[in-house]
Formats: sequence, structure tokens, C-alpha cells
Amino acid sequence: MTMMKKLLTSAVATAMMVGGAQAAISDNVVKIGYLADMSGTYRDLAGPNGMKALEMAIADFGGKVNGATIEVVSADDRNSADVASSTVRRWVENDKVDLVAGLVASSVSIAVSDILEENDKLGIISGSAASSITNEHCTPNHIHYVYDTYPLANGTASAVVKEGGKTWYILTADYAFGHALEADVTRVVKANGGEVIGTLRHPFPTPDFSSFILQAQASGADVVALANAGADTTNAINTASEFGVTQSGQTLAALLLFLTDVHALGVDAAQGIQLTTGWYWDMNDETRAWSDRFEKETGVRPTMVHAGIYSSTMQYLKAVEATGSDDAQTVRQKMMDTPINDMFAKNGRIRVDGRMVHDMYLAEVKTPAESKGEWDLYKILRTIPADEAYRPLSESKCPLVTGK
Amino acid sequence: MTQPVSQTEIQKAILEQQSADNRKKMILNGVLLLLLLAAPFAMYPVFLMKILCFSLFAVAFNLLFGFTGLLSFGHAAFLATGGYTTGYLLSNFSGLTTEMGIIAGTAAATSLGLAFALLSIRRQGIYFAMVTLALSQLVFFFLVQSEFTGGEDGMHGIPRGNLFGLVDLSDNYNMYYFVLAVFLGCYLLVQRIVSSPYGQVLKAIKQNEPRAISLGYNVNRYKVLAFVISAALAGLAGSLKSVVFQLASLNDAHWHMSGEVILMTLVGGMGTLLGPVVGATFVVNIEYQLSQGPLRDWVDPILGGIFVLTVLAFRSGIVGEVQKFVKKNLG
Amino acid sequence: MSMIFGVPLAVLAGQLLIGVINGAFYALLSLGLAVIFGLLKIINFAHGAMYMLGAMSTVILFDALGVNYWVALFVAPLLVGAVGVLIEYFLLRRIAGQDHIYSLLLTFGVALLLQGVLTNIYGVSGLRYSMPEIFQGGMKLGFMFLPYYRLWVILIALLVCFGTWFMIEKTKLGAYLRAGTEDSQLMQGFGINVPLLISLTYGFGVMLAAFAGVLAAPIYSVTPVMGSHILITVFAVVVIGGMGSIGGAIITGILMGVIEGLTKTFYPPASSAVIFLVMVVVLMFRPSGLFGKEA
Repeated sequence: MTMMKKLLTSAVATAMMVGGAQAAISDNVVKIGYLADMSGTYRDLAGPNGMKALEMAIADFGGKVNGATIEVVSADDRNSADVASSTVRRWVENDKVDLVAGLVASSVSIAVSDILEENDKLGIISGSAASSITNEHCTPNHIHYVYDTYPLANGTASAVVKEGGKTWYILTADYAFGHALEADVTRVVKANGGEVIGTLRHPFPTPDFSSFILQAQASGADVVALANAGADTTNAINTASEFGVTQSGQTLAALLLFLTDVHALGVDAAQGIQLTTGWYWDMNDETRAWSDRFEKETGVRPTMVHAGIYSSTMQYLKAVEATGSDDAQTVRQKMMDTPINDMFAKNGRIRVDGRMVHDMYLAEVKTPAESKGEWDLYKILRTIPADEAYRPLSESKCPLVTGK
Repeated sequence: MTQPVSQTEIQKAILEQQSADNRKKMILNGVLLLLLLAAPFAMYPVFLMKILCFSLFAVAFNLLFGFTGLLSFGHAAFLATGGYTTGYLLSNFSGLTTEMGIIAGTAAATSLGLAFALLSIRRQGIYFAMVTLALSQLVFFFLVQSEFTGGEDGMHGIPRGNLFGLVDLSDNYNMYYFVLAVFLGCYLLVQRIVSSPYGQVLKAIKQNEPRAISLGYNVNRYKVLAFVISAALAGLAGSLKSVVFQLASLNDAHWHMSGEVILMTLVGGMGTLLGPVVGATFVVNIEYQLSQGPLRDWVDPILGGIFVLTVLAFRSGIVGEVQKFVKKNLG
Repeated sequence: MSMIFGVPLAVLAGQLLIGVINGAFYALLSLGLAVIFGLLKIINFAHGAMYMLGAMSTVILFDALGVNYWVALFVAPLLVGAVGVLIEYFLLRRIAGQDHIYSLLLTFGVALLLQGVLTNIYGVSGLRYSMPEIFQGGMKLGFMFLPYYRLWVILIALLVCFGTWFMIEKTKLGAYLRAGTEDSQLMQGFGINVPLLISLTYGFGVMLAAFAGVLAAPIYSVTPVMGSHILITVFAVVVIGGMGSIGGAIITGILMGVIEGLTKTFYPPASSAVIFLVMVVVLMFRPSGLFGKEA
């Protein structure tokens, strides 16, 4: 099996490292390929602005690492696995790209990580939500950086149950991502003594949510949870606010909500919604300072994905600098050995399955009275420690963990 | 003193001219073939294979649209069915050789094509387009709902396997020549079909269906057969694509894909043999080049613009316009 | 509580009402398509984009100039209608007389173009638009909470639909229009400017889509791609009703809203596919749709 082969080669590579052999930057160039949705559904959460974040990281690093120039190429994946895979194949097989960054749609991320494994190059996935990326789809050639469905469900669901939301009704986007989120939420709700009294699977995308919101209201559940994303979530929240879901005493919990979504909804419609996020621009001086710079470049405040792209690129370049190599396994090992402490994460670490675990935050959308500006949207209620947030390795199905 | 030119001499001259034309054609075809054979050494093989797969898809579509006059707005369903079936079989039954998986995928698309044809063939014009669209939406729904497709994550890690259990297809060059062989075979097949008496009937149906009926042809039978062949070839394209890329995804089943193949055919020149190939090459290249370059955020609007421009100014497509030009200036 | 197939009657009543409301909305959108196809034989794949332009311009007019909802209800459709007239004049006119399929391809291209450009300017997350003050809140109906805005949507949509139907089928203007598009040479002979008539008819059909867009702005996420999601559903409605049948589009719109609503109650995952199933079945038995004339 290829996985076993990779493990062996990586073991050999590490052994050679210890022996002090090799280590050089191939052709004296470190080449990074940025691949993301530049024009479709996921454009705003990473997209062209993610490229800006990547360029900021390279500029902050001085444009060179150990004397080797850092080059960037970028492409639109058009949310299509085959556009993505032909692009990345050419990048790694012809154009000598060392790292692929960005990566949003899960079909794209999985396809790309397969190719990276085949060619032994490295990928850092910042935009995808699917936790399967470091579970059944894990490879020794990628790192999943910002968040995944596991902490989203964990953070929001356990917090809401603890506040008294005992009975749940889940509106699920009817595709793999939604199903995974629904399963995670159900597990967390049960574990905390709550009960899921109904689930409803809606097609993706759904323009009109009134019928589904009505059914959620009729269920009489304490909590209406939204296991969907993007336009579906914002449409559902809009409709819920129109039909007075919160006024009638039900709590609305959105499992995946980006800053750009909340910005589009506005605090009027979104106020009081609880959500889990990996990062928020207004947490401390460091995050504010970086976000100010980002806003100067792009005109908007960064999402957690933008911040993650910056942070992961810095980590990668530091590892290349420290090892003096751009070999995928060498760099990945170094990144795993180095705790991450920057504006994005404190004491973050990359596990053997490629999951970067770091503290997550339970946030609540501010009320119109509390919000002092266009982007003043969240208040952070609680920090969810890294070890609580992410799927423990003991539950992992990743062959790198189980050794199978 | 001039000799009167005899009848036979004229005939001889015409024949000579024809054989010269044929020789020119042969030489042209030979050069093209050499180029195709040499291409993977100059260009990236996977990218070339992508072009070949989409070319085959467009050739299949054009058989129906360009030669029979039926606009299907549901051809994505066949591409996807071929891809998913092949992908599923090759991933789950390691005893299967690659060509068996591809044949099975093609067979699945063929049967689906027959079902589509029987349900839609009596409808005319826009109703035909809409029924095929509706049916393909139902297929899309089925694929989204089915566990085996992996939903929007897609199906990944499809093994390329061995051709006839012998040739290792994980090698890009082997894979390329296999895809090229299949593509050329299908292209020649379509060429044969179009120039055969059967193809002439299809053209007659396209030009004037009532007349074809009054001439005693069972028009619907002809149309069903054309539809099924077209679906089979589209399915074959999907099967090949899933093996080349080692993945199958929902994009292939989306109605935008049905729109894209129309664009390819139209841009290249519908109703010409080479048109869909040129169109597919053009569109795949444009999409690829744009998505890498400084205009990478503008692919959709540019494709939209090409659509508009083609319909307004170059309705006969690249190949059609070139033919017209040649006829006018060199003929 | 009485139940039907495991669904409480009260819930079902609510779902039916919602179905009718969404149906009225579909009716409004499909009406414009039916007008354009019925009178001009143009298959307008840019209809979704025009709906989107209606909603986007409502938001943009408010953000830039403070134009309120009521004014937007008139101004946005007029603006989009003007865009429609331009599209007809500069593009569609050039392919008049060609196979209808070319109009489909041309307008599909226009839609891609508009969507792509606006995506690059405004992004895809959606633009914020607040509900007008007067519509905030709603009434308790016993079986459901009905927001005032939805009540408004159904009333105004039905009014506009009926008005359009009346104008085209029952008035002199409508008669001119039908005659002018059916036999343009004759009408030209009577001194009627047929090309202008055609431009205006296309503009009017597009205005109906834009009007639906304005109605959508306060309740749906306003994005450059909002039209592409709804386009083929609306097309299905028109085909089921019979392409070109004005009354058919209205009745089928409402009917499909209800059928979709029931599917959303009994088997939600299929609610986006059910309309296509209906379409296949209807066309098997009635090749020109429920209310279409035999071709």
C-alpha cells in the first residue's frame, strides 16, 4: 500500500536527517501554489483575499528563505475536483511547486492531497470544513490548519446544551458535509444530556427556507440548529428572523458561519446567534494590528481562513528556514515539532494525522446596540481548549495514527 | 493549334484533382496523427488527456446536435454516469481490469441513454431540450443522494489499474496512448456513421423532418439510435476521464456541464466533424490558461462573452468559418 | 390533533399556505418568461440574471442613494427593463429569424457575463438589506406565524400576474402585441413600429423578473448568483404550463409552489427534484405542457 510506503520513506528521511545528511532547497527556489475558489460559492471566505494574506506572509518573511527566492503561483479551482487536480498535477510534476496552499471545497482538498501524496509534496488546507480530511482521508502530505466540523459541533452544541437547550431540531444540508455535521452535533448533544427530537434534510442549495423553518417551529424544540453553510445558512437565518423563531423562545445555533456571512446578514438578523470560530480579528492587539494591515490591502476584515493562510505560510517558511530543505517530509516533521505561537494561535500544534489543533472560541453575534462598526460583530464568550475541541487521536481512523 | 479536349481527358483531370485532394487530406491526417503521437513529449500528458476526454464528449454531443438537430440539455448525466460507474467498479472490485470498468461505465451510460431517448424523443425543439434537462436533474438528484458517489466530496483514488491486465496505466504515457487510441477509434466511428446511409437519413431529419417522414422513414427509430450512440460515447468519455483523473465528482453531473459541452460544440463548429474537437480544445485551454493567469477571477464572464460573440458573429464556429474562408478564397 | 401521514393537520395547513406564497412568486417569475417566449419566441436564459439584477439594484440604490423600498419597487424594474431593451436591441435582434436555440445560448452567455462581473465587484456572501419598517412582525394564524411581508408578497404578486394576463389577453394593446409578433409585416403596414414593440415586450418580460427580484431583496440572500439557482426551476414551471401560455404559467406557478411545499413536508431532500419529475410526467402525457397549444 502506498500509505505504508510513504511511512517508510518518511522514516528513512527522518533517519537521514538525524544522520545530518542531505537537506537543500531544490533548485534554490521555494515555490508556493495558491489554489482556491476565486469566483464561486466560497470566494469570499478565502478567494482572492487569501492570496493577499499569502503574499503578506511572504513579504513579512523578506521574500527569501535561506537565500532561496520564494515564488508564488495561483489559480482558480472553479470548485471542481478535476480542474484542481489537473492544475496541481502540473504544478508539482512540471512547475516544481513545493507547497499548495488555500484549498476550500472538500472535493478539491481530497483530490489535491491524493496527488500530493503521489508526488510527495506538501499541502496546507485552510478553507475546508470536512473533518474526514484528517480522518479517513489523511495522508502524510497534508496539514489541515484552521478548523473542521468536529470542533464546530463540539463548541457550539455543548455550550448551548449547557445553557439549557435540551431538545434539538437540526436543519441539515443534504450532502456529505451536512451529514457529518449532523452526526457530530447529535453525538455532542446526547453526551451532554440533551436530545435531538428531529432532523430535516434540505436540498443544497435551497433558496426559500420558510417551509423548513415552519417545521422547526412546529417541532417545539428548544434549539434550532443549522448544519449547513454559506447562502443556505444566511437564507435560513434571515427566514428564521422573519418568522420570529427567537421571539417565540427558540434558540438558533449556526454551526458554520464565517465573518463574511455575518457581515452580509447584519447584526439585526443575526444578533444572539452562537457560533464557534477558530479566530476573530478583534481578540487582542496582535490580531487587530494584523487585521488593520489586511484591511489596508483588501478593504475588508479577514476571516479565520485568511488569518490561517497567513499563519500557516509563516510556519511553513520558518520550517524551511530551520531545516534548510524544501523536502515535504522534512518540513512537515519540523512543523510538527514546532509549537505554533503567533497572532493566529497560541500553543497550536500539528498532530501526526495532519490536524493542526489549537484553541477554538465560542462567540455570540452582537446586538445592534453593542456593535460599534460594520465589522464589530462577535463577542467571544469562552475559549474551548484545543484538546477538548478536536477529535481525539484515540477516535481516529487515520492510518498514520492507527498504523493499519 | 489546339486540340479539342476530350470527355475522357476532363474526367481524368477531375480524378487526378480528386486523388490530389485525397493525397492532401492523407498527408494532413498523417501530420495530425504524428502531432498527436508526439504531443505528450511537448505538453503535459494529463492535460492532453483532459482535452481528449472533453473532445470525445463534444464529438458525442455533436452527433446528436450537429448532425441530427436535437439539442440535449442533459448530456452531463451520461458523462457522470459513465464516470461514477467505472470509478465505483474499479475501486471496489480489484479483479477488474481497466478496460472492463470502462466498458461497464459505457454500458451504464448507454442504457441510461436509451431510457432518456424513449422518454424524450417524441418531443420537439425546446421541449426536447427541457425534458432532457429535467431527466438529467433527476440523475443529479440520484447521484447526490447515493452513498457510493461520496456526495459532494466526490469519488477519489480510483485506481488506473492495468489495461488487459498487462499495460500499467499509472504511467502517464501509457495512459495517454490508450486514451488517444480510444478517442481516434470513436472519432473514426462517428465519421463512418455520418457518411453512411444512416447518417444521411439523420441529416435529412435535421433539415426537414416532415419530409423524412413522408419519404417513409421511421424517424423516431433513427433519432433514438442517434441518441443512444451519443449517450454511449459521452459515457465513454466520462469513464475515461474518471480513470485519467482517478476521481469522479458532481461537477460532471451538473447542468452547467451540459451547457459547457454546447459551448464547446458551438465554438468549434457544430455539424462539422472536427469542430467539437477544436471547440473542446479551445474551451479547456481558455479555462485553464485564464484560471492560472492574471484574469483568473474572470473566467466565467469571459466564457459568457465568448458564448455571446459566437452566437452573434461566428455561428458556424471556428472550423465552419475556416471552411467558409477556404472555400471563398482558395476554392 | 388530527394527522395526515404522520404530519399534524395544523402544520400541513401552514405548509400549504407557504406553498401558495412561494407559488405566487414562481408565477411572477415564470410569467415574464412566458410573455417573452409566447410573444417573441425567445428562450430567455438570462431571466434568472434579470431577477438578480432587480434584487441587487434595490440594495445598491439604497446603499448609494438612499432609495427606499417603495421607490425601488418602481425604479429597479424600470432600470432592469431598460437593460433588457438594450440587450434586445443590440444582441437578440441580430439573431431574429434563427432557430430559437440560439436565443437560449445567447442569453445564457449574457447571464454568465452579468453574474461573473457582479461577483467580482460585490462578492458572493450577499448584500445586506433590511425589511421595510412597515412589514416587520406578523400575525398569528393559530396554525402558524405569518410574517406581514409574505402576505404582501402574495397579494402584490397575484395582482401583477392578473394585471399582466388581463392586459395581454383582454385589451386592445395586448391584441396589437399578439398580432404584431405573429404577423409583423401586416402590422408594420398598419403603421405600427414592430421592432420597438418587440424591444418593449422583451423589456417588459424582464421587468417582471426584476420586480420579483425587488420582492426577494428583504427576505433572501442577495447575491450575484441568486438567479442561477432559481432559473431552471422557473423554466420547468413554464414548460409544465406550456411554453408561451400566459395563464398557464400563472396557474402552474402556484401549483408547483404547493407541490414543492408538500414535498418539503413529506420528503424534504427531494424538494428540489420534484418539479423535474412532474415535468417529465406531464410532458409524457401532454407534449406541449398543461396549457400549451399543440405544436
